Amino acid sequence: MRYTFLLYSNPADFANLTEEDWAREKEVYGAYIGALNAAGVFVATDWLQPVETATTLTMENGQRRVQDGPFAATRETLGGYFVIEVPSLDAALAWAEKCPAAQYGKIEIRASAMGAG
Amino acid sequence: MIDAHARAAQVARASYGQLVAMLATRSGDIAAAEEVLSDALLAALEHWPTSGIPDNPEAWLMTTAKNRATDRFRRNRRSPVITVEELPDVEDDALQHDQVVDGPIPDHRLALMFVCAHPAIDASVHTPLMLQTVLGYEAADIARSFLVSPAALAQRLVRAKRKIKDTRIAFEIPLRAEMAARLAGVQEAIYGAFSLDWLHEPDTRDMSFEALFLARLLAELLPSEAEVLGLAALISFAHARRDARLAHGVYVPLQDQDITRWDHAMIKSGDGYLRQASACKVLGRFQLEAAIQQAHMKGVASGTLDWKAVLFLTEGLCRLWPTLGAEVSRAAAIAEVAGPEAGLNELHKISTTTMFQPLEATRAHLLAKLGRNAEALEAYDRAISLTVEPATRIWLEQKRIDVAASLP
Repeated sequence: MRYTFLLYSNPADFANLTEEDWAREKEVYGAYIGALNAAGVFVATDWLQPVETATTLTMENGQRRVQDGPFAATRETLGGYFVIEVPSLDAALAWAEKCPAAQYGKIEIRASAMGAG
Repeated sequence: MIDAHARAAQVARASYGQLVAMLATRSGDIAAAEEVLSDALLAALEHWPTSGIPDNPEAWLMTTAKNRATDRFRRNRRSPVITVEELPDVEDDALQHDQVVDGPIPDHRLALMFVCAHPAIDASVHTPLMLQTVLGYEAADIARSFLVSPAALAQRLVRAKRKIKDTRIAFEIPLRAEMAARLAGVQEAIYGAFSLDWLHEPDTRDMSFEALFLARLLAELLPSEAEVLGLAALISFAHARRDARLAHGVYVPLQDQDITRWDHAMIKSGDGYLRQASACKVLGRFQLEAAIQQAHMKGVASGTLDWKAVLFLTEGLCRLWPTLGAEVSRAAAIAEVAGPEAGLNELHKISTTTMFQPLEATRAHLLAKLGRNAEALEAYDRAISLTVEPATRIWLEQKRIDVAASLP
């Protein structure tokens, strides 16, 4: 089963980061990706630009409407995601627990509705 | 000639927490204490190579840091913003201040540890806060060992220190009535330093030495608290097996470890803590867990493991401090005493809401022992899917291959 981790964090935590700070973030996430790869469960990941840069589109009511900004404004925002392939929600939970974003943010875990890949 | 830089670094490491605790006790301002101490360390690195290392380096650092703090305070009263140009040449005039610290530095680290693990501070910050303030670690290094976001951790540490200062969390030893609960928080934080490091990669900074340091320090500061001694024993025993727990990147279970790679002096020190703890006549979770490890290690070393004794201890743990982990250990001990079938029955009785890795792994081993290989394979698959530590995963995969090979 494919599971997606939606990583929610407080943007204030990542405000004013230097190049060096970003390099440190990447190092930690790189180690986590390494562990996912070593276990053969890694599918995909991405790190998203800050929420202020979001563009939201809807074709609801037959009209193309583009909004500058996120769909919903929340204190904690979507900052990135991981997609992994593991047999059960319990296994997904075991990996989510170790994600570098888990300790000081929230991870929403969603199973794929398309079934196993 | 002694390298003054190396000596300054050594003094910093040995007495960092003591100096931070001393400097922050009155003001409650840990961040400011860290700042003036780091100024003092820089001054030491500049002075000591030419003027020689002082007889009492800690007192020298303390004096310099205190004077620096006084300077800052005076300056802050005049104008809230200090520019770099305004700062005096502290390195030169620090020792001319009248307030010179002499003699041994009083140890306020216990109060500092209680502040770090205060219930008003988010529990997920307790361990990193302690590693930073007592041992002087940078947030980035802590984040790297525990694989948490360095930026988020740094922010949390800043906020925690601000809260300690602004809400005036007192630097004091809790009263007797509060002691047990507050002490449990400190112990959890120390245990956290020991167990959070999960990747066990050779290039990541391993914090288990630091956990050991903190556990021993706490035992030294509170020598008649049984559970404090129990924790020191538990961490000593686990630490003693550190070099034997992996072979070529694969996990090695205790009974298969090469005991020549155990640190026997460390085991002796663990034995000592446990003996001291039992003299206190107050049983606790850490003491029981340490006693279980001790029984295992003595058994493996002597070649005759007394599983009845281990079972007795795990039963005590299940009755007094029940956890899923304790129940699985008990079932594993029952399997050794009364056979794998009996162990499996015990595992069936354990109810969980989510799958538990140790339970599935133990189930797999017992099924394999009974030759129920098809079921064992399924259990191994479940256990492997729940295993995130690379070394344990490879070990389980090897076990699975052995079982698969015996299938027709």
